[in-house]
Amino acid sequence: MAEMWINMGPQHPMTHGLWNLRVKVDGEVIVDAMPEIGYLHRGMEKIFENKTYTQIGPITDRLCYGSSFTWNHLYCMTVENLMDLEIPERAKYIRVAAIEIQRIASHLMWIAAFAADLGLLTGFLWAMRDREIFIDLLQALSGSRLTYNYARIGGVTADFPPDFERDCIRAVDYFEKKMPEHESLYDSSKIFHMRTRGIGVLSREDAINLGVTGPTLRASNAKLDVRKDRPYEVYDEIDFEVQCHTDCDCWGRYRVRMNEMRESCKIIRQAIAKMPKGPVRVKTPLIGPARDAIGVVEDPRGEGIMYVIGDGTDRPYRLKVRSPLFVILSAAKPMLLGYKVADVVAIMGSIDVCMGETDK
Amino acid sequence: MDIVNFIFSGILGLIPDPVGSFFEGIGSWSVSAGVVNFITMLLEALIIIIVALLNVIILIWIERKILARIMDSRGPFYVGPIGFFQNIADGAKLFVKQIIIPRKVDKFGYQIAPLIFVGSSFLILSVIPLSPGFAVTDSNGLTIPGGILFAFAVFAIAPFSILVAGWSENNKYTLIGGMRSAAQMMSYEIPMLLTVASVFLLVGSFEFSDVVSAQQNIWFGIPLFLGLIVFIACMIAEVERIPFDLPEAEAELVEGWTTEYCGMRFGFFMFTEYMRGYAGCGIATLLFLGGWLGPDFIPDEIWFLIKAYIVFLVFIFIRGALPRIRTDQILDLGWKRLLPLAVLNLLIAVAIKAAGWI
Repeated sequence: MAEMWINMGPQHPMTHGLWNLRVKVDGEVIVDAMPEIGYLHRGMEKIFENKTYTQIGPITDRLCYGSSFTWNHLYCMTVENLMDLEIPERAKYIRVAAIEIQRIASHLMWIAAFAADLGLLTGFLWAMRDREIFIDLLQALSGSRLTYNYARIGGVTADFPPDFERDCIRAVDYFEKKMPEHESLYDSSKIFHMRTRGIGVLSREDAINLGVTGPTLRASNAKLDVRKDRPYEVYDEIDFEVQCHTDCDCWGRYRVRMNEMRESCKIIRQAIAKMPKGPVRVKTPLIGPARDAIGVVEDPRGEGIMYVIGDGTDRPYRLKVRSPLFVILSAAKPMLLGYKVADVVAIMGSIDVCMGETDK
Repeated sequence: MDIVNFIFSGILGLIPDPVGSFFEGIGSWSVSAGVVNFITMLLEALIIIIVALLNVIILIWIERKILARIMDSRGPFYVGPIGFFQNIADGAKLFVKQIIIPRKVDKFGYQIAPLIFVGSSFLILSVIPLSPGFAVTDSNGLTIPGGILFAFAVFAIAPFSILVAGWSENNKYTLIGGMRSAAQMMSYEIPMLLTVASVFLLVGSFEFSDVVSAQQNIWFGIPLFLGLIVFIACMIAEVERIPFDLPEAEAELVEGWTTEYCGMRFGFFMFTEYMRGYAGCGIATLLFLGGWLGPDFIPDEIWFLIKAYIVFLVFIFIRGALPRIRTDQILDLGWKRLLPLAVLNLLIAVAIKAAGWI
C-alpha cells in the first residue's frame, strides 16, 4: 500500500469530541500526523467580554463537559484574585472537596472512554457505573449533573446538604473498595499491557518543551502539580502525594490517573475532616477594578489558567483561557510518529481529550 | 434424509390424474430421482437455514444477557419474555431501512462480497452434523467425504470476501480493514489446522461422525487440552470476535470493512458473524468435546447444542474480559505462540497414538 492520508475525524469514534486528526500512513505505520481543531469553537472568550462578572459564571461550566466544576471554580478564583477577595475558610474546603469529586468523576470518564477505545466495553460500563456515585454527590451539592455552576465569586452557592459528609465518606469507601476491581481488569490483562506499554512514548524533554501539563506530563516523569507547587484554596494544608510515572507511555498515563483517583479519595477525606463551621459565601462587589489577575489550577487534564483584565466596569476587558489540551494536542505528532494506526486510539485516548475547553 | 425422500415421493405420487396421460407424465416425472433429489436438496438447505437462524437468535440473546451481566447491567428485557425477541425487533428495524449504495463503489465487488460471505458461511453448516441422524447425506446415507476438510476450506473463504468488500468500497478505513483480515488469516489458519491435524492423527478419518465415535471412551479435549485451547483461540480469530476483531475495529476503523454497508446487508453481516461463531463452536464440540455423546436421557442433538453453547460462553467471557489486540501483535501471537503450541500438541497426539492409548 502506498502512503495515504487518513482523516480521523471530525466524526470518528476516536476523537471524543469534534476534531480532526489527519494521519499519513504507510501501510499501518504512521509517518505523519496533523491535528486540526476548531470544529467546536464557540467564541467563549468574546462572549466573556460582553457579560458581567456574575453572568460569566454559568458559561464557564460549558468549557469542559468532563470536568465543568474545575473551570467554574477557576473562573471564580481568578475574579476573586482580581477583586482581592478573601473567601471563608469553609468555602475553600468545600471547593477542594468538590474539585476532587469532580476529578474522580472526570478520571473515571477517561478510563471509560479509554477502555471503550481499546475494545473493552466492560471497563467502560464499570467506570460509568462508579462515576454515577460521584455525579450523584455533585448533584446533591448543586442540583445538576453536568454543568454544576456551584462556585460563586466569593464562595460557593450553598452549604453542604444534610448528611452530605456521610454520603461523601460512603462514596469514597465504596470507591476505594472498587478500585482493585477496576485495576484487575487492566493490570492483569496481558493484552492491555501489550496495547499500552511502550506506546505513545513522550520523553520528559519533549513533554516539557511542548508545554504538556497534567497527568500526561507526570506520566513523562516530571513531578509538576499546581496543587503542590502553587497551592490554591487550602491544598497546602492537605497531605497528598503527586503521582508520577517513569514509563512516559500510555501505561504510565493510565497508572498516573488511577493513582490520582486514590489520592483524590484521600483529599476528600481530609477536606471533610478538617472542614470548619462557618459561612460559605461573602458579599462581593459587582464592579471589578482596573487591573489584571491570574488564576492557575490543576484541571484533571492539565494546567488550567485564566487571565482576566478588568477595566473598572462590571464586565471584564479580556478573559483569556489557557486550556491544557490545546497545548497537549500539539504533542500529538511526536507521540504518534512510528506507531500503528491501531495505536492512535490508545495514544489519543490516553491524553483524555475534551474539545470543549480546547476550542473554547 | 430418507424421510424427506419418502414423504415427497409419496405426496407427489398421489397427485390425482383426472385428465389422462399428461398428468400421468407429470406425475411420473415429479417422482423421478432427479426431481426428488432436487427438492430434497432444497428442503435440506431450508432446514439448515432454519436451524442456523434459531441458533443464532438464541446465541445473540445469550451473548447480550451474559455480557450485560459481566458489565454489571441488565441487557434487553422489554421485547418479549426476558428480552428474547429483541433480536427480531432489531432485525425488523434493519430490514425496513433503505439500502444506500455509495456512488463511487465498485458495484460488482460491493454486491458480490456479501453473497460470498453469507453463502460460504451457510455452506459450513451443511457438513456439521448435530447427531448421527441429523446430518446432510446423499440418498445412500453417506455424508460428504472429508467433511472436516470441507468445513475448514469453506471457513477460510470469508476473509477473501472481506478483502473484496473492503477494497471495492472505495474507502480508506474499509481498505485497511480488508487488508487486516487477510493478514489475520495468515496468522491463525496454520496453528488451527495443525490442531485439527492432531485429531485426524488420533482418528484416522476426515469424517465428523468417525471423530465423534472415536471419543466414546474419552473426549479428545482431555488428552489434547493444549490443542483445545489453541483451537478456541484460533476460532475466535476465525470468527472475528474480540480480542481478534481487527478487521472491524470500531474504535479506530469505524466498523472497518462493513462501514459502507447499510440496512439488511449490514444486518446479514452481523447475523453471519454469529452464525460463524455457532459453526466454530460446533466444530470445537465435535472435534474435542465428544460431539453429541452424552447420557441418554437427553437427545443427541440437545447434547451437541448444550456443548456448543458452553463453548460460546467461553467466547463471551473472553469478550467481556479482554481489549482488542493489534495487527502486528496477532501475527506475533499466531506465529510465535500458537504455532509452537500447536506443534507441541501434534507431538502429544503422536505420542498418544504411538503408545496406543486411544
